[in-house]
Amino acid sequence: MPRETLDKNILNIKEEIIMLSSMVEQAMHTSIGLFRSRNIVSAHRILVEDADINGKRYAIENAILILIATQQPMAHDLRLMAAILEIATELERMGDYAKGIAKLVIRLGDSDYPVPTTDLEKMTELGIGMLHNAITAFVEEDYKKAAVLPQEDDKVDALYVKVYQDTIDKLNALPSSAIQAQLMFAAAHNLERFADRVSNICERTVFIATGEFMEMESEESDDFFQNEDED
Amino acid sequence: MTQSDQRNQPYALESKDLAIYYSNFRAVKDINLKVIPRKITAIIGPSGCGKSTVIRAFNRMNDFISGSYMEGSILFQSRNIVSPDVDPVMVRRKIGMVFQRPNPFPKSIYDNIAWGARINGVKGNMDELVERSLQDAALWDEVKDILNQNALGLSGGQQQRLCIARTLAVKPEIILMDEPCSALDPIATLKIEELMRKLSATYTIIIVTHNMQQAARASDFTAFFNMDTDRAGIMVEYGITTQIFTNPRDKRTEDYITGRFG
Repeated sequence: MPRETLDKNILNIKEEIIMLSSMVEQAMHTSIGLFRSRNIVSAHRILVEDADINGKRYAIENAILILIATQQPMAHDLRLMAAILEIATELERMGDYAKGIAKLVIRLGDSDYPVPTTDLEKMTELGIGMLHNAITAFVEEDYKKAAVLPQEDDKVDALYVKVYQDTIDKLNALPSSAIQAQLMFAAAHNLERFADRVSNICERTVFIATGEFMEMESEESDDFFQNEDED
Repeated sequence: MTQSDQRNQPYALESKDLAIYYSNFRAVKDINLKVIPRKITAIIGPSGCGKSTVIRAFNRMNDFISGSYMEGSILFQSRNIVSPDVDPVMVRRKIGMVFQRPNPFPKSIYDNIAWGARINGVKGNMDELVERSLQDAALWDEVKDILNQNALGLSGGQQQRLCIARTLAVKPEIILMDEPCSALDPIATLKIEELMRKLSATYTIIIVTHNMQQAARASDFTAFFNMDTDRAGIMVEYGITTQIFTNPRDKRTEDYITGRFG
């Protein structure tokens, strides 16, 4: 096979993306669990381990730059390189959301505010599941699977609205919980953005296969919480 | 020197303050190149920078050019092969060369391997040697049923792999390649590059190429040569290929590889 070296390198980088994605999944899973455990040591560990996620992202970027410089990828291979640069960035930002949640738990401290843990955990489970499927679709370059995955974001958005409304209700009943309520808004927002970025990864997988940029929005993504400049 | 001694040598070949003259003209100077064993080292640079002159010096091919002489040293297996008391034929047996244009003998595919090996004193089962050499050169599957046909009937890429097989048959330590793909199409070129990658597990390979992209794709180390103000070729920069092509240290290298040269 004439491009064995390039193909081997591509496979290695795909494995690194799987590794990065696993690190992000683990970070988010641990972070959301902190609302139950309130383990501040574990929360600080998440902050420290975020540097590993950032380091992995830069290592992947570097590997891609070397491949572009030395292997002259063309067509599909070139789109794949460009897509991996984007996907690594998305994953690194998703790691930042996990870090953000760990910080919120630190600020929450030992407050007895009734955190909507179950809903936040459901959002996390959905987001991590979507991420897992999106990375599988990327590695297998299964663009059909990637094209339908963003629809699952609707469930995350629905939970986001639910947490938002619940928090407003609690705030109306107990105005002194404003600070804690703000932490809940932020936690839910981080989880909502986490799932949104999965859609961006799916867009890149479609791009690798088809060469076309396709904006993938779930049906309810135009909700009023959406901040236009966050993409 | 035993095989294990050779394995322990830090460099497969090392030139020290090498200068090569064609009569009064100093073609290259100050070449200090340390070639790492069982890696692919590429020499790149513009026309006239002396890269072919240097690679030809590594197996004493410049001896055929009258008026050519060398200063400095080229160390191979602890001996200075520039020295006049070293037999150039022995050097060429250990350090083989693959040329720009494939140059098979006008004989059968089988004889192209066997004949060269026989005159170089290789003994033993010739059928085995022919098969192994063609296997190692990734040509066996394409020619195993036509071994008695004339080698000139093969395609350019096949002929070049036959020449590589012929070189392998005499069991060299180092394989020199002087623009080995310049007469080949892109697919045949990529096949040779993948073959080089496989061979580098066993052999040290030094390749001269005009094609920067080829050096980037196929080599582990890259030496960039350029002409000095006195028109003598010099080695501007030598390093790991990924570094040379993503972050060269010398501005002249940067200018050359980004196409802003001259």
